[in-house]
Amino acid sequence: MSDKNKVMKKNTNPWFEAWRRLLQSKIGIAGLGIIVFLIVVAALAPVLAPYDPIKTDILARYRAPSSEHLLGTDGLGRDILSRIIYGSRISLQVGLLSVALALVFGVSFGLIAGFYGGKLDMAIMRFMDIMLAFPSILLAIGIVAILGPQLKNAMIAIGIINVPRFARIVRSSVLSIKESEYISAARALGAGDLRIIFKHLLPNAMAPLIVQTTLSIATAILEAAALSFLGLGAQPPSPEWGAMLSDARSSLQKAPWVATFPGLAIIFGVLGFNLLGDGLRDALDPKMKNV
Amino acid sequence: MINYIIKRLLALIPILIGVAVIVFLIVHLIPGDPAQTMLGERATTEALQRLREQMGLNDPLPVQFWRYVKDLLRGDLGRSIMSNNPVSSELAQRFPATLELSFFAMMFAVLVGVPAGIFASINQNSWFDNLSMLIALIGVSMPIFWLGLMFIWLFAVELGWFPPSSRIGVGLNFTPITNLYVLDSILQLNFNALKNVLHHLVLPAVALGTIPMAIIARMTRSSMLEVLKKDFIRTAYAKGLMKKIVIFKHALKNAMVPIITVVGLQFGVLLGGAVMTETIFSWPGLGKFLVDAIYARDFPIVQGGILFFAGVFVIVNLIVDLSYALVDPRIQYE
Repeated sequence: MSDKNKVMKKNTNPWFEAWRRLLQSKIGIAGLGIIVFLIVVAALAPVLAPYDPIKTDILARYRAPSSEHLLGTDGLGRDILSRIIYGSRISLQVGLLSVALALVFGVSFGLIAGFYGGKLDMAIMRFMDIMLAFPSILLAIGIVAILGPQLKNAMIAIGIINVPRFARIVRSSVLSIKESEYISAARALGAGDLRIIFKHLLPNAMAPLIVQTTLSIATAILEAAALSFLGLGAQPPSPEWGAMLSDARSSLQKAPWVATFPGLAIIFGVLGFNLLGDGLRDALDPKMKNV
Repeated sequence: MINYIIKRLLALIPILIGVAVIVFLIVHLIPGDPAQTMLGERATTEALQRLREQMGLNDPLPVQFWRYVKDLLRGDLGRSIMSNNPVSSELAQRFPATLELSFFAMMFAVLVGVPAGIFASINQNSWFDNLSMLIALIGVSMPIFWLGLMFIWLFAVELGWFPPSSRIGVGLNFTPITNLYVLDSILQLNFNALKNVLHHLVLPAVALGTIPMAIIARMTRSSMLEVLKKDFIRTAYAKGLMKKIVIFKHALKNAMVPIITVVGLQFGVLLGGAVMTETIFSWPGLGKFLVDAIYARDFPIVQGGILFFAGVFVIVNLIVDLSYALVDPRIQYE
């Protein structure tokens, strides 16, 4: 293939171009690597975990890290490494599902508000403003207090508090191109509302949406850990990372490893999504760099 | 400017009403019966009925809502189920503890984060820049309650440098006036107490301030880098100004707006973080009180507490918006 052809081909697909830029950025690669690692660990948890994550062993309480228990054991003699390995399933699930919930509602609200404008836009966006008037974790705490302390409810609460961010991004992107010529052209050709929304408006909002989604997964994992730590999310004996820390408070003096390792696991997972988000931002939208 | 402030204050009204509606709905959609919670499992049906009548729980939702709004306008948030004291006085009594903690946390965040960001930006890609940005990146990925636990373990349990919990030691001759202990001890010239109070503040304030510090450092760095590339900076250097003056007078002033924005946003993080930090450090503020109230199913306190937090957050955001004009005279409010 000649050089000229190569250049032409590179320019044909912007997504391919973005992917190529992502693979060139160190932070993007690092984030992607961490996330792939987490997914593999979560998928192979039964193979990788040396012990049963919820089986208690009273004779092995508070064992320090050793060759037998690499990260030690907790107050009920459970192997911490095994619990962290199984916990990765919960954190990934919480991050993905709660953000998916926020995406579905946020994108719908944003599209409707931006596309139809007028009173509907006013009503939706005022409601979003009001939700943003709460410190987000407090709103989540309030919602979980209604629904009851369960992991499922914590996911719903985290999903709800993330809706306004997505709605705002999509709405502003829709507003910026709604009046452009090619939308009028599509309309003149007889395209209906739905076709314009899904074929033209939504793809245009994709880049900031992907970045926001990745970063939101990071905060969702943190928020879920916080709720579980307060006893409002995952309930014992679930090996959720935040819930594991909640157990560790009473044994800081005796067994600091019980508190240390689940926290490091949270940082690792959240860092992965934050790095990927930063990398994606640089790759998808050079204008947003350094923000 | 005055007109703009009035306009902004008026715009707050629908937001605050919306906040009140959401909080009302949150609490009244809770499955379970506050009357049952108050009287316990073994209450008789008649007693329950009487209490429900007394609390107005039998009225239709719109009637209850109207009463809630009327009470709210008079500053009446109901009574706590745990203590039977008015919610407003329970909250007011604990708010100073949260305010003090948040204030010192923010001081730490700004006083460390802004200089670190400036220093990193003028030495871009140096080891200090890379190290501080690595710390900032880990900082934004860290659960604040874990950091608190690690601080307690290292600095209180292992090293014994700081007390692990509460606001003040026992056996000190100290009477709170405003419940802002630092202020109180200074007013009373009680330096023994002041030392003790500050000693108790260090760990929770640094723990609470670390994540905002990381975010502020990142924002300061990127905002400064943006400004340092501008022509007028080159001009300032070219006409022979000292580096110090260029950095602080020309660059920093112009980089201030995004920094203030992010500082304002961090107040929300601080208020949310206060819930976690206070729980970990047994800090007797609003955050811990709210969590305790959720466990005790003390709904009037939960309702009032969330409302109070949201109110504070809304007002802080307004102050942040208004402060833009102070740092950037180009921003004119019409």
